[in-house]
Amino acid sequence: MVLRVNGVSRELTVDTRVSLLDALRDHLGLTGTKKGCDQGACGACTVLVAGKRVLSCLILAAACGGRDVLTIEGLPADGTLHPLQQAFLHRDAFQCGYCTPGQIMSAVALLAEGRAGSDADIREFMSGNICRCGAYPNIVAAIRDVADGGDGGSDDAGI
Amino acid sequence: MAATAEATMRAFEYVRATGVREAVAAVTADPAAAFLAGGTTQVDLMRDGVLGPDLLVDISDLPLRGITGDTRGDGLLRVGALTTMEELAADATVRQRLPAVREALLAGASPQLRNMATIGGNLLQRTRCRYFRDVSCACNKRQPGSGCGAIEGFHRMHAILGTSQHCIATHASDLAVALTALDAVVQVRGSAGDRAIPLTEFYLVPGSTPEVENVLAHGELITAVDVPLPPVGTVSAYLKVRDRASYEFALASAAVALTVTGGEIRAARLALGGVATVPWRARAAEEVLLGTAATEAAFRAAADAAVAQAAPRAGNAFKVELARRTVVRALSSVAGKRL
Repeated sequence: MVLRVNGVSRELTVDTRVSLLDALRDHLGLTGTKKGCDQGACGACTVLVAGKRVLSCLILAAACGGRDVLTIEGLPADGTLHPLQQAFLHRDAFQCGYCTPGQIMSAVALLAEGRAGSDADIREFMSGNICRCGAYPNIVAAIRDVADGGDGGSDDAGI
Repeated sequence: MAATAEATMRAFEYVRATGVREAVAAVTADPAAAFLAGGTTQVDLMRDGVLGPDLLVDISDLPLRGITGDTRGDGLLRVGALTTMEELAADATVRQRLPAVREALLAGASPQLRNMATIGGNLLQRTRCRYFRDVSCACNKRQPGSGCGAIEGFHRMHAILGTSQHCIATHASDLAVALTALDAVVQVRGSAGDRAIPLTEFYLVPGSTPEVENVLAHGELITAVDVPLPPVGTVSAYLKVRDRASYEFALASAAVALTVTGGEIRAARLALGGVATVPWRARAAEEVLLGTAATEAAFRAAADAAVAQAAPRAGNAFKVELARRTVVRALSSVAGKRL
């Protein structure tokens, strides 16, 4: 089958049981998308399919033929960071970082959905992304920065 | 490294259906076949070994997606079965005329899951009972006759209404509770033709056959859900009470719709979620409300009637009072709105 990932068509042969998440990580070498719970509860595997945020652990790869998949690797253009990636750095919006790709992909969609009107809205519409380190206040702050039109802060801030 | 799908999931054949008739025929012909739509329940339970179809018929490409307003003059909103939860929640008519439906949708799952999960699939989602989902446990729903681990086990989340000595698992859908209150009708296509089933007659309480959860025959496919638009002057709402503020299943919930004129309740619809084995229409409570003044005393009497038949266990006895308070708060909230 052909998976179109980050604008590139990739040919692969997978068992019908393989999830989109495992196809990305184990078959295409795109390990930016993380496997947390593997049962749709944590959001670490969030990617965009046809422009919508979804959980790649609960989608069969076989069902994604002909659909555009966007992962964290497809986010930065020409070697620069996406404003949300920059904002997560600037605001120190993580501790261990395992949930971060999912948080950022979910936040990309949240902004596109126009749901960052208030901090309460950000919390509600990011509730599908669990952070066991509890970096939520800084995650909200990072998303707020970009929603308010910021570029995510300067390169060296927060380091 | 995490276990691979190949290690934990039974092998199956996958086909993408191109027509409703072919999809129905394919599943009907094979007792071990299943439909696949959003997959949020199906794939999860297959990975856990709870479900093991030998054929998945993916219906995602079928022309069953989209919402048709009241263009037929019948006062119905027709929701295609493959419409996603997010799409239905965003619909203009749902926003204006069916707030209980919108609130129930947005109280369920997460944005990611709501982008995947379809309306038909939502109605057919399986229980979150841990004993059902853990194949090492006894469960009459998963394996008839094996017993129920929950009845004498950990059942804080379980049902107090519609239970039997064989099963006390709750139905987990929020949407189905709102649609049950609003008298939605499920449109079904089977090999023998089409039929329409009121949602209030769609689900089956467990009784002695908890493995049979609804009236669908194997191979029958939900094609649409028709939602009657309440008359102008009706106010509806969905209230969900849970352990955390978002992204959690209900401990108790209530969908209410009231029509009040001159301070008197002319029409009342009430359904409970999180406390029952099926989306629970509380008709006795509705009768208590009809013709009375919209006061807190009336709401309390209705709440008492709603839980009068409750059969709690030690670990979920708190749900009787919680459900009562949920009903009172939901009714108070709509009565307080301008009609």
